[in-house]
This record gives sequence, C-alpha cells and structure tokens, in this order.
Amino acid sequence: MNLHSAATAEPTTIRGGVHNTLAHDSAAKHATGAAIYVDDIPEPAGTLHAAPGLSARARARIKNIDLSNVRAAPGVVLVLTAADIPGTNDVSPIGAGDDPLFATEEVEFHGQVLFAVIAESHEAARRATRLAKIEYEELPALLTVDDALRTQSFVLPEHVMKRGDPVSAITHAPHRMKGQFRLGGQEHFYLEGQASLAVPMEDGDVLVHCSTQHPSEVQHNVAHVLGRPNNAVTVECRRMGGGFGGKETQGSQWAAIAALAAVKLKRPVKCRLDRDDDMIATGKRHDFRIDYEVGYDDQGRILGISFDHAARCGYSADLSGAIADRAMFHADNGYFFEAVQIRSRRCKTNTVSNTAFRGFGGPQGMLGIEEVMDAIARERGLDPLDVRRINLYGDAPRNVTPYHMQVEDNILPELITQIEESSAYRRRRQEITQWNRQNAYLKKGIALTPVKFGISFTTTHLNQAGALVHVYTDGSVHLNHGGTEMGQGLFIKVAQVVAEEFQIDLDQVKITPTNTGKVPNTSATAASSGSDMNGMAAQAAARKIKQRLTEFAAEKYKVTAEDIAFLPNRVRIGNQEVPFRDLVKQAYMGRVSLSATGYYRTPKIHYDRETASGRPFLYFAYGAAVSEVMIDTLTGEHTLLRVDILHDAGKSLNPAIDLGQVEGGFIQGMGWLTSEELWFDEQGRLRTHAPSTYKIPTCSDRPADFRMQLLENNPNREETIHRSKAVGEPPLMLAISAFRAISDAIASIANYRILPRLDAPATPERVLFAIEELQARMEAAE
Amino acid sequence: MKKDQTRPVRFLLGDERRELSAIDPNTTVLTYLRRVERRVGTKEGCGEGDCGACTVVLAEPEGDRLRYRAVNSCIQFVGALDGKQLLTVEDLAGSDGMLHPCQQALVDCHGSQCGFCTPGFVMSLFALYQEAGTPNRNRIDDALAGNLCRCTGYGPIAAAAKAMKAAGQPDRFAHRAPQTIAALKALDDGAMPHLEANGHSYFAPRSVEQLAQLLTDHPSATILAGGTDVGLWVTKQLRQLGPIIWIGEVAELNRITVDDRWIEIGAAITYTDAMATVEAHYPDMADILRRLGSEQIRNAGTIGGNIANGSPIGDSPPPLIALGSRLVLRRGDRLRELALEDFFLDYGKQDRQPDEFVVAVKVPVAEPKRILRCYKISKRFDQDITASLGAFALTLADKEVEDIRICFGGMAPVPRRARQVEAALKGKEWIRENVEAACWVMSEDYAPITDMRASARYRLQVAQNLLRKFFIETTEPAARTRIVVERRAAHELA
Repeated sequence: MNLHSAATAEPTTIRGGVHNTLAHDSAAKHATGAAIYVDDIPEPAGTLHAAPGLSARARARIKNIDLSNVRAAPGVVLVLTAADIPGTNDVSPIGAGDDPLFATEEVEFHGQVLFAVIAESHEAARRATRLAKIEYEELPALLTVDDALRTQSFVLPEHVMKRGDPVSAITHAPHRMKGQFRLGGQEHFYLEGQASLAVPMEDGDVLVHCSTQHPSEVQHNVAHVLGRPNNAVTVECRRMGGGFGGKETQGSQWAAIAALAAVKLKRPVKCRLDRDDDMIATGKRHDFRIDYEVGYDDQGRILGISFDHAARCGYSADLSGAIADRAMFHADNGYFFEAVQIRSRRCKTNTVSNTAFRGFGGPQGMLGIEEVMDAIARERGLDPLDVRRINLYGDAPRNVTPYHMQVEDNILPELITQIEESSAYRRRRQEITQWNRQNAYLKKGIALTPVKFGISFTTTHLNQAGALVHVYTDGSVHLNHGGTEMGQGLFIKVAQVVAEEFQIDLDQVKITPTNTGKVPNTSATAASSGSDMNGMAAQAAARKIKQRLTEFAAEKYKVTAEDIAFLPNRVRIGNQEVPFRDLVKQAYMGRVSLSATGYYRTPKIHYDRETASGRPFLYFAYGAAVSEVMIDTLTGEHTLLRVDILHDAGKSLNPAIDLGQVEGGFIQGMGWLTSEELWFDEQGRLRTHAPSTYKIPTCSDRPADFRMQLLENNPNREETIHRSKAVGEPPLMLAISAFRAISDAIASIANYRILPRLDAPATPERVLFAIEELQARMEAAE
Repeated sequence: MKKDQTRPVRFLLGDERRELSAIDPNTTVLTYLRRVERRVGTKEGCGEGDCGACTVVLAEPEGDRLRYRAVNSCIQFVGALDGKQLLTVEDLAGSDGMLHPCQQALVDCHGSQCGFCTPGFVMSLFALYQEAGTPNRNRIDDALAGNLCRCTGYGPIAAAAKAMKAAGQPDRFAHRAPQTIAALKALDDGAMPHLEANGHSYFAPRSVEQLAQLLTDHPSATILAGGTDVGLWVTKQLRQLGPIIWIGEVAELNRITVDDRWIEIGAAITYTDAMATVEAHYPDMADILRRLGSEQIRNAGTIGGNIANGSPIGDSPPPLIALGSRLVLRRGDRLRELALEDFFLDYGKQDRQPDEFVVAVKVPVAEPKRILRCYKISKRFDQDITASLGAFALTLADKEVEDIRICFGGMAPVPRRARQVEAALKGKEWIRENVEAACWVMSEDYAPITDMRASARYRLQVAQNLLRKFFIETTEPAARTRIVVERRAAHELA
C-alpha cells in the first residue's frame, strides 16, 4: 500500500481538465498524416470497390435500362440494382419511403442513383458506370421554389406559427412594407467525401466503417436494406474529415451499397465517392424564398410581422420538416414581435434532396429578419443598429417568442453594447460615410448583427445520449459515447469531462471510435448538441464508477463517504492518499465493477407542434459580429476588411476548440453568403459540382483584421456540462454581418435611404446588378 | 525509340531510391503513393488539383542547393517524378517522432480540426519553410491559396505559417541537402525516361530533336507539360492516355531569353518560373498569373500549355494577345511563327498539326509609352476560373490613341480581341465621351454565354465597365479602383 504523507508535493490540478485551452486530441496525428480516415484503413484482402451509376435526367420514366456493357467491363464483379435488395429499397432518415437506394421506374433528380458497380478497383468501377445504356422518357421537371409553388408540389404539409393578430397589427401600424428575399443553398464541401468500408461477418452480418455523423441511423438503414434486424449490423466511425451536417443522413446510401455488395459477395467492399459524384448526388443546404410583410412605428419598432418561407427541399423529405421548422424558430433571431405569423412551405423539386447543414434552417430564418431590419432602417433613415437594438427581446412582456417560449437568458443588449464599443462601431460608421463621399468607385460598408440560437433538437425525443466508460486495472480509462468526431473537438471535450470527474490526467483517458455495438440508439451528432449531451452522459458513467470506488474505499478503509475525495491522480481516504490506479486495482481485487454506462436526457424541454408552442430549447447561445467590407461599383467585386466577434460559449470547456468553431463557422457562413453559388442549368444539372466551379473561401478571403473574443464571466444559466454552451452552429450566423455590410456599402450610393435588392450569395454579379438597379430607382425617383 | 536510349523513371521517395518502368503512365502520383507505397497520409479531396489535400513536395537540385516545389499529386503522373525527391507528410517528422517545425506550429496554433486537409497544408507550409525569410501575410495567402480548409477559417494555419520559423534553424532537410543532391544527380545517365504498361507508353525526351522525332513517330501522342489540364482527362474524364510525351525534360523548352525586342518563354516554363521576368515587364500580367491558379498549379502548369490547350478561359492568352505576342511552333525540323491570336481558330480548335508542338511564346518587351492593364473577374479572388478577363494595351500620342489592343477571355469561344471597340478608339482623343461611345460597340465584338460563372448580361456589362475602369486608371491615377489591390495592401499591414 502506498501511503503518502501530507508533506509530499502533489500536483494541485490534473493535466487537461475542463475549461483548459488544449489542442485537438488528434492534432499531431493530423499533422503527420497518421490520423486514419475510412479510406486509409488497411484494406482487408480481396476488397472490392463500388461506384454509383447516376441518372442523367432531372425527371424521367425509365423506359429501358441495359447494363450488359457495364457487367462486361474490365474488372467488374457485380452490378447492383433495386432487384438485388433483400429488404427495403429505402434509406430515408425518417422512414418516409421516399429515398430509394436505387431508383426504379422513375428518376426524380439529375444524379439520382440507379445502380452500383462493384469492381476490382475504384477506377474500374467508375469507368464501368459510364457504359450503361438508359432510355429515358423525359417528364416535366420542377427545378425551383417558384416552380413548386406554382404547381403546389410539396414534400410535407405546410406549417404555421402564430402569436397575436399580425394582420391587424400590420394594418394599423404607422408604417408598412412588403418585400421578398432569396437566399441560396450551400454545398458542405467536407474535405473527405462520403466513404464506407463494409466487411462481411458470419451469419450474414456486416461491420461498416462509415464516415458519418449518425452511426445508429446508418446501422438501421443498412439493416432495413438487408432485411435484417439492427443487431446484424455494426457501424463504426473513428473520425470524419468534416461533416457540417452533410454526413447526418447522407452516409446511409453509400454504406448500404457497400454492405449489400459485401454480404452478397462475402468480400469487403468500399464505397468512396468521387468528388463530383458526391457533390451531384448528396444533399445540400436548403435555398429559400422569403416573403415578408411588416408594420412598424417611427423608431422602427416592429408591431406586426408575417413571414412566408418557401424552402427548396428537393425530391424527398429527408430532414426538411425539422429544418424548415428550425428556420421558423429563428425567424425572430433576437427580436421580439408583438404579433407574428410564420408560414412555411416545403417545396418538392426535381433536384437533389436537401439536408442538414450547420445551422439546420436557422441561418435561413435569421437572414430573413435581418433583411427586414435593414429595410426598416433604410425607409426610416435610421442606423440599422438602432433598429436592431430597439427590437431586441427585453423584459416581460417583450420576452415571448413566436412559439410562445419565454426567453429567460437574454444577454444580447449587454453583449451588443460591449461589441459596439470594442469595435468602435459608431466612429467607424462616420469614417466610412466620409470615406464613401471621397471615393467614387470603391465603397465601404459596415454592419453589426446579433445571433440568438436555440439549443436542443426541436424533435424532443432526440435529446438523449449514452456513454460507456471502462476503468482498467492499471487505472487507464476507455471512453466511448454516441457522439462522433468530425473535427469539432467533441472527443477531447468529453475526455476532459471524464478526466475532470476522475481527477486523472487527460492522457489516461483513451478516446475510442464511435461504435453502435458499444453505445446503442444514439442521436446524430448534430444540433450543436454533441458536448452538451455526450459530456453529460460520460460524466454520469464516470460518476457511477466513482460512486462504486467511494463505497468500496469507505468499507475497506473504514471511513465515511464524506472522508473520501478524488484529488489529482490520487484519492484521499480519511487521512491517507492512495494513487488512483492503486485504488482501482484494489477495487478490482474486491470484485467491484469498473465499467458503467451513462445516460442523459435534456431536462425542461417540451413542444407541441399542433399548437406550435412550448419550450423546444433548453437555452439560447448568443453572439454578435461587426463586419466591414469594401465593394467595387464597376465590377461588383468585394472584400472583407475587418471583423469583430463577441461570442457566448458559456463557461467554455476548451476555449481553443470553441474559438476554432467561432472562426471557422464565421468563414463558412461568409462563403455561403458571398462566393458559394449552386448553379443548376435548365435541365436541372448542377454545374458547380467540383471545387473548380464551386468556390469556398480561401486563405486570402479571411479579413485582414479579425478580432474574436469569447464572452467572459458568463456561465450558462442552465445546468449544462460545467456550465458551457453549445458552439458548433451558432457562429456560422455571425457571417450575416458580412452580407449586411455589403448591402450597406451598396446603400451608400443612395445615401442609405433605399434598401438594395440583393439576394444571397452576394456574387460580384449580384452586387453589380443591385448597384445598377439602385441607380435606376434613384434616377426614376428624380 | 531504341531500347538502349531509354531508361526507367528514377526518383527518391524520401531518402529511398525508386525505379519505375512497368507502371501504367496514367498512374497519378497520389494513386502511386496510396496504393503502391501504402502512404495514406496524402489525401484525395477532389482529384482535380483544386483543393490541395493531395499536396506533396518535389525537391530538385538547382546549383548547389535544393529547390522545393509544392504540387498536386492527384493530377501529376508518376513520370513527372523523374530526377526528383518526392516528399510526403510521412517524411517530415524525425525518426525520433519529433515534429517538423511546420507540423509543430500547426499543432501549437490549433491549425487542424477535422485534419483531412492538414497533410496538404503541412506540405505547402514545408515548401514555404524552405524559402528565405519570414513570409508576410500576402506570401502566406499565395502559398496556401491552393489548400482548401472547410473547418478552421484559415486564421490558425496562417498563424502557424508565421510562427514556424521562429526557431530560425535550418531543418534536417537543409542539413542533408548535399547528400540528397548527390543522390539525385546520380539518378540520371542522360538517357530518356520511359514507361510501358497496359499498352500505354510514356517518353520524356531530353532534347527538342528527340521530341520532334517522337511526335513524328507517334503523331497521336498526348503532349504533356504541367499536367494541370491533362491530369483531369484521366481523373475526371476517365480517359486512358498513351503514348504520353512529357516535355518537362526537354532542355530547349525550359528556357526564358530576353533580348531588346522579345521575351521568349519556352513551352515547358512554368508560371512560377516565368513570374519574375513577366513581373519586371508587366506587373499587371504577373498579378493575373498569380491569380490564374494556386501555388501548386503555378509550380507545375506552363504558359505554353495554357496556350496549346486552347481554352476560352485560359488566363494568359488575353494579356499576351493584347501585347502582340507571337507563337513559335515546330513540326519535324520545320519552325513556323504566327501571331498568337491567329492560333485560336474556334472552340477547342487550334492551328496546330497533331505532330506539331509549341516551342515558345514571344512577348514584346515593355515599352515606356505602352500601358498594360489586366482585370480578372471571378467569384473568388484566388484560384478561380475566369468569368471575364480583360487585357488592355494602350499607347497614347499626346492625348490621342495611337494604338490600343484589347483582348478578353471568357467572352467568346476563344480568347478574342475587341476589334470594333479598338477601331472606335484608335486615332481618337482619350476622353470619357469617346470611351463611352466605344462601350456601346462592345456587344458587336462579343456575344458571351450564360454559365455557372456568370450570365451573358453580366459578362457584357462588366466588360464595358472594365474599359471604363481602364480609362479611369489612365486618367485619374489617384483614384482607388481595385479591390484586389486594396485587400493586398490591407493584408500587407496585417
């Protein structure tokens, strides 16, 4: 027995507990190329490769499909079609039956999967897919939201949220206006494309290594396709090379193709998509048309407002219902509406089925109200910041959302004051106005926009998580939970929680791949919920083991539980201290279980979709950003000059990780609203299906002056994991400030009294046309 | 070609010697690394040289030192490795596991999140590390423009680029340079590298005579220069090329000469190698070359290839045509020369016989009286394909237009001069009224198309506005007119 006297110098803290600034657990592995992604796993002997055969029409009846040349192509082992599916031909995340693994009689978008080739090499498989002879009977295709609205084509019924009497409030308001705003979709452009490696096991079971945010769903979908119970399928994911929502539901199809072939051929099969196939065949962020009507007073205070959202969902429902709902939940952003109606229509089009993307509809909803804020400011001749301020949520009764939830944790007024001062918004506003008078061709703009983002899955039952913790006899810990690692730093945050709980150094906690065999029935790592939920579940598991160790020690050392404390890497038992590993060994010898599951379900939340009321969110995450831009009035080109951000991560679990989410989220949002354009041609073909044509930001697009801060002394008011806040999605919406700043720069041409007609993304073309249209309106007004 | 005149492709993988002879020449360096060598640290992100996840570094002797170049392994064929040291992310850490300073800086600055792009960034940073001095923000932006990261927003990676040289010590690659150079020089015996497999052959002629002879023998051969376009024929169009004739080792095509009339740029000269000369004469054109592609693309791609492939959106032809450049071609032992604009016949059609090859482009040297301005419009500033690119070369006599040549890319099936606009301006006074009048005839010169890069309406409008901008820049020198200049100036201070 190791007895330590009080005189021995012992560390006062562990290495790597919560709230520490720590590098990503895999940072060195990333930098040396040692981090393993699905395509890097050493291929088992005999591994084959799958490639999908895609539809070349947006909507057509399949008259004939001749795959004989495909089958005869060099290296081809098998060609799969719907006829080969023993189970259900569907990989819908909601069991809607509208996401066939392989299309049969009809194709509903250009790029829909009709068959899959299994061949000796990736190239042989891809090459063979092009040899298919398919006769199509073309049918009229609906490509846009307008096409769908005109023909009343929807994937799901419309939904309405309402509070008060907005029609009357708008009618009786001193000022009224109507407007329309369109915003584009977004390709995730995770650097690692969709990838699955299926390894056949005995009894026709299968193990699938899959790059997915949702191993449980992939498991269930693969089982459905195979016509087997869920327990026949195990899905594992160590890490993804980026997800951003694009691997929440979109991994199932490729996993199912690989699994189906693997089980059939009894050989391992890998399905890794080529970038172009990935961009053509997998879903993206929903583009929206937003119509609004608003009534307001002289100061710009909104008295009544009505929004009409139309979301392009593509050919199937996927998660569009929840996404369009979240857009409605964020149509208010941080603003109180006395009377409000939000109608949402979920348009069915013959385009790829749109899906989750960081923010999950929230950014689209927010962009709508931020357009309205500027519209009111221009009409009233006010600084847009003043209009935003006067409309912020406040004390009762100005604290009720359109879905009848009370905002209890609002910090936006103080947060905005802080960033308004730290960014010198008012002074810079004046300087910019002056600069614009002196420069005829280039113009500057500035905007401050807030973010209030609701945290919890709005589908209440998804707010549950599980974890599995083992302590081995040498005191080392094996950590597993249902969350997945896509780069966001979830694994290290949860490991910090477990290290903190046991009071052991972080390097004693082994981070392990997410695996459906270890923690079952998990929710997607999505909705920014990863660390909130899995952190709590892992803490619960660790606490169970701690409790057992405490009970064991109390009995063995004849002390009370109160006399036992977990100190850094050791345990104080009465008046002696025992190294953690020694106590663990003793507990094992004393036949104590050193393994536990942990479970968490988010408290307080409830929501009644029938009445569109309740408390769908446990809390809100807040932030604000100030962006300054410069535009070229002759070309429409623009650049971001300076960005200031103040973001609320509660009491951050790991400030380095959280700042990474803030900065990366902002730049990703900026790309969505500026250079990233999904361009479909008249035949419904996506023509921006590779990085050569689809332009995400590069290094030089980062502003010259970027000042980021996490809000300090700001613990979450709710009892979240160590009072932290979710941080994955909210910062993306800070980039709305960049879009509004471009609008501000254009508005300078009309002395800030007319709102430019600028849709998103603000490509040089849209900016130039907005300038021309504004100039035309000015001339018409003269 | 006789067998005794050829030899295998030889290179160093890290410090180990490799010889390839029976490998399909359509094999990319990335495929070779991941499948043959099982080095899976290098990633495939796009397979078209646009994301940089596959970045590797090639080192080759230049005098008594090594020159390091980052390239996209996904579109480089294995033959291009000949005579070089191929370095991948697995080579950088020491055998004791000690990270290279560029790797350590990335870790310290929180420069990775998902980590998939990281090996590519590491290799771009490694190449940057080998340059003298500490890079400023603009140099960092240029060096990293070809590496896409979707997670970090780049700030932490740029910070690592600044921090990595803080220790200021030459790395172990610098210490080993003499041995590496000796090992590289020992690879070559003067014979012609040759590959043959799956019915596809590959030759890397060493002299222009050998090249001419090979093309006479194999008129259907694909002439390969930087591979930044041809690589995609294989990775995206899934074509199998053969025979392939690589001009990268033809001595005569790897020269730039300048006399009192012409800058002569050999067909195998990369954008990177042309940069200093072009910049000295035409700074605006150098900026176009910088924005034409990423560092990796500029390190491999050639001006000769940009011309020879005849793309309507190639960025080097418009300024070259505006300047009155000439193209030199060779077929067998016959040389001919023509005005560059006459080389582009129609979409995808150039004035070149199958067995004929581009020798050089001749660019007139700068003249004090002639002003050249170039403007590239694209959705993104760096590494984007042009929506519209205007090049304007103006010579004024007093206030009168003595000569003006305007050429646009992205506006027609080929890079094409705005002859009607030129005619409307030539001999006229260089004043706003005349420029406005000339804008009106732009639509007689161009009927652009609508595609994913821009609409026809925007292309025409912006072409007119670029003429206006050119006028403003020549008459209001104090006016601030260029976002790209403003942001580089702001970044210079950052």
